[in-house]
Amino acid sequence: MRSSRRKVLQGTGGLAVMGLAAAAGLVKPGIARAEAWNKAAFETNSVPEAMKAVGAAQPVESKDIVLNSPDIAENGAVVPFAVESRIPDTQSIALLIEKNPNVLAADFQIPQGTDPWINTRVKMAQTSRVIALVKADGKYYYNAKEVKVTLGGCGG
Amino acid sequence: MADPMKIRAAMAGDKVEVKVLMAHEMETGQRKDASGKVIPAWFIQSVTATCNGRTVLAAEWGTAVAKNPFLSFRFSGGKPGDKVAISWVDNHGDKRTDEATIS
Repeated sequence: MRSSRRKVLQGTGGLAVMGLAAAAGLVKPGIARAEAWNKAAFETNSVPEAMKAVGAAQPVESKDIVLNSPDIAENGAVVPFAVESRIPDTQSIALLIEKNPNVLAADFQIPQGTDPWINTRVKMAQTSRVIALVKADGKYYYNAKEVKVTLGGCGG
Repeated sequence: MADPMKIRAAMAGDKVEVKVLMAHEMETGQRKDASGKVIPAWFIQSVTATCNGRTVLAAEWGTAVAKNPFLSFRFSGGKPGDKVAISWVDNHGDKRTDEATIS
C-alpha cells in the first residue's frame, strides 16, 4: 500500500496529483474569505449595478463630497485620489470608476472618530468619470469627477 | 511572505494622521504575459486598521487599487505612544500585519 503510493508520487501522475492538491489548498481559503469580501459588488461592470450591489438604491448628488485628483492622469496605473465627505455622520466612502472593467475600486468603512477623508491611489483603464459614493446616516450620496487618462492602467 | 508595510502615524493637531505604503503586486487579472496567457488576479481584498485594538478604518478593495497601495487617513482619540496596526488579506489568503507607534 505504502510502496505503491510512493510509486505514484514518483511518476508524472504523482506530480499532477500534488499540483491539484496545492491548487485545492490555494483555492479553499479564497472561497472562505470571499464570503466576507463583497464579491458580487466588486465584479459588477456598470455603475448602477455596483451601486445596487453595495446597497445604494437611489443615491443623491451632493456637493458636500469633495474629490481631489489630477484632472489629467498621465499614467492610469497610479491615479491619486483623495475623497472628503462633509456630510455629517458619514459611515462609508466607496470609489467607483465608470469605465474600468470592474467598476467598484474600493469601499472604506469609516468608524466613529475617524475623519470622513480617504487618500489612496487607483488604477484607471481609460478616461472616465470617477464617482465617490458616501453612506451617511443610512442614506447614500454621490459626487463625480471626470479624470482624463493619457496612458491606460491595464496595458502594463 | 509579503514584504513589510511602511507605516507612519503622527499627530496632526489633535488627530492622528496615518500613512501606509503596502508592498503588493495588485495584479488585476486583466493583463497578459508575453506568451498571451492571462496573469491571474492577485490583490489585497481587505484592510483593517486598529489603534490600541479599536478599529479606526476597514476597507474592501478590488483590483483597481494601484500596485504597492498607498493609503492615508485620520482619526481622533489617539495619542503619542499608542500603537497603530494595519492588516491586509489578499485573494490568495496571504496576510500581513504591521505596527507603528504614534509620534
